[in-house]
Amino acid sequence: QVSAALKEGRVTPTELCQRCLSLIKSTKFLNAYITVAEETALKQAEESEKRYRRGQPLGVLDGIPVAVKDNFNTAGIETTCASNMLKGYISPYNATVVQKLLDQGAVLLGKTNLDEFAMGSGSTDGVFGPVRNPWSYSRQYKEKSVPKSDSKAEESNWVITGGSSGGSAAAVSSFTCFAALGSDTGGSTRNPAAHCGVVGLKPTYGLISRHGLIPLVNSMDVPGILTRCVDDAAVVLGSLAGHDPKDSTTIQDNFKPFELPNLSDVSKLSIGIPKEYHAPGLSSEILALWSKAADLFKNAGAKVIEVSLPHTCYSIVCYHVLCTAEVASNMARFDGLEYGHRSDMNKSTESMYAATRREGFNDVVRGRILSGNYFLLKQNYENYFIKAQKVRRLIANDFVKVFRSGVDILLTPTTLSDAVPYMEFIKEDNRTRSAQDDILTQAANMAGLPAINVPTALSERGLPVGLQFIGRSFQEKQLLTVAKWFENQVKFPMIQLEVKRHDHDAFQHQKSASFS
Amino acid sequence: QKVTVEVLDHLEHLALVDFRDAEGVERLQKAIQFADQLHDVNTDGVEPMDSVLEDRCLYLRGDDVTEGNCTNELLKNAREKVEEYFVAPPGNIPLPKLEERETFLQSS
Repeated sequence: QVSAALKEGRVTPTELCQRCLSLIKSTKFLNAYITVAEETALKQAEESEKRYRRGQPLGVLDGIPVAVKDNFNTAGIETTCASNMLKGYISPYNATVVQKLLDQGAVLLGKTNLDEFAMGSGSTDGVFGPVRNPWSYSRQYKEKSVPKSDSKAEESNWVITGGSSGGSAAAVSSFTCFAALGSDTGGSTRNPAAHCGVVGLKPTYGLISRHGLIPLVNSMDVPGILTRCVDDAAVVLGSLAGHDPKDSTTIQDNFKPFELPNLSDVSKLSIGIPKEYHAPGLSSEILALWSKAADLFKNAGAKVIEVSLPHTCYSIVCYHVLCTAEVASNMARFDGLEYGHRSDMNKSTESMYAATRREGFNDVVRGRILSGNYFLLKQNYENYFIKAQKVRRLIANDFVKVFRSGVDILLTPTTLSDAVPYMEFIKEDNRTRSAQDDILTQAANMAGLPAINVPTALSERGLPVGLQFIGRSFQEKQLLTVAKWFENQVKFPMIQLEVKRHDHDAFQHQKSASFS
Repeated sequence: QKVTVEVLDHLEHLALVDFRDAEGVERLQKAIQFADQLHDVNTDGVEPMDSVLEDRCLYLRGDDVTEGNCTNELLKNAREKVEEYFVAPPGNIPLPKLEERETFLQSS
C-alpha cells in the first residue's frame, strides 16, 4: 500500500523516513534499536525521492524504511550482536541480504536489539538491555490488565518480545519500519513474531545467503523476514532469495520471485496436524485456537489429518548439543586481534585471548562455549555430538515421511503461551527458557524446512498469539499462499498503540500498514 | 557423575573461557544432564547428518580473484597494529596451570 503511495506521489520517501525516525524517538522506551542510522537513512531516502521524481523507482522496495537485526554486518554502521565483544565494531562490508535490500532502494533506519549473539528466547540478555513488547503499551493489553494502584507497578508490567530477534519484531510491530531482518536458528524469528503480532518467515535453509550474518550454528542459521502481512514477506523474500557465490551453502537453483495468488479454493490442500506439538505446557487458549484453525480449514473443504512426528520431543536436546558444539567453534574467532574488544592483558597470546573473552562475552555465551567444548571432547564426541547428528536425521526423516504421505502443509502453534511479563521471564535462566520456548519452532531448523508465523488472535490478556505453518523444502510459494489465505480468514486486529508525546502525523500511516 | 576438576580445567584451556563461579560449573552439569536424554533414542543403523543439503553437490567456482585490496578497511578495526600487521602478545606460552591461575576452579 505504501509503495503505491510512494509511486503516486502521495507521500515522499523523505517524509516517510522522517516519520519513521521520529516514531523511533517516541518509542525509545521499547529499546528496539541499538543503532539508528539517521544521516545515512535520510540520504538514502533523498536518493530514492530523486528516482521517484524521474519516474524510475528501483522496485517495490524503493524508499521503504527497513531495520536489520544487529548480527548482520552493515558497512560503516556499528554491528554489535548486543555484546561487549563487538562494541565499537564498524563493519567493513554489507551482508549480502543487506546489500540486496539497499540495491532495491530500501532505506536502512538502523540495527535492532537482540539477545547477545542471538542466544536466547526473550531478547532480554543483550548488553543494551531488554526489548519491550509494543503490545505492553497497547489499549488492548491495558484494558485486560488488573488496574494497578500506582503507576510504577504498571510500568513494570511490560511483557517481553520473545527472541532472539525481538528488536526487529518490536520495530515492525510498532510501525517504525515496514520490514525487518531477523535471524532464525531455533525459532528466533518466529517466536518474537508470534509475541509481537507480526508475520515471521523462516525460509528454507539454503535459499537465502548467510554471508555477513554473524554465524551461530552454520548448519541451521537462516536470515528471517518480519513484516506486518504475508504479501510483504513474499516481496522481501523475492528480493533476497537466490544463489550467492559468497555463501557456498546457498543452492544454485534459479529462484523466481513470485506474487501470491488469492487462494479461493482450499479443497485440494492437505493440512497435517502433528500430535506431538500438543506439547506439555501448551496453554489451553492456544490449544483452542489451534483447533479452531484446523476447523477453519476443514470447513473450507481442505483435508485436515492428524500426523505424527515421533522424534519431536528430542529435538530440543539434539539442538542443545549441536548448537553448543557449533557455537564453541564459531565463537573461537573472537580473540581480540583483528576486531572487537581486546583486553589489556599482554603476557601471552593465550592469556590475552582468555581475558578478552572473559571480558567480552556474557554468561550465556560462555556457558554455551564451555558446554559445546565438553560435547566435542574426544571421550564425548561419539556419545554426544555424533549421537545428536544421528537424532537430527531421525527428526528430518519424520518430516520427509509425513510430506511424502501427501500432506502439503503442517499447522502447529508457534509458542506455548502469549508473552509473559519481563519480571516473570527472568526468574528462570536463559537455557531453561530457551529449552521451553523453542520446542515448537526448533524442529523446522533441524530439518531446514520453511516455516512461518501468522498472527492469529488476541489472548485473554490482550496479547498476540500466532500459529505456525511448516512447508516442504523450497516450497515457499505454497507455504505463503496458504498463510495468506489464513491471514485473510482470521483478520488479526491492528495494535492500538498508546504512546505519549508523539507527533500525530506518525500515526497517519497506520492506514498504510503494509507496503505491497 | 560429576565432572572432574581436571576436565573442567581442560575445558577452560580449550575454550579459553573460564567458569567464573560455581554457577558456571553448575550450568555445565545441568547441560550434560540435559543432553544425556539423547541416549534414550535408538539410533542403530542411522547415519549422522551434517547438513540438510547433503543430497546436493558442493560446487567450486573458478579460481579467479574477484575481491581484495581492502587492507586499510580491515586494519581499521584492530586495536594493536604495526604497518600492515596485527600485533599479538608473545605466543607459545601456555596458559598457567590451575595452581598458578586466577580461576574459580582452584577453590573447588
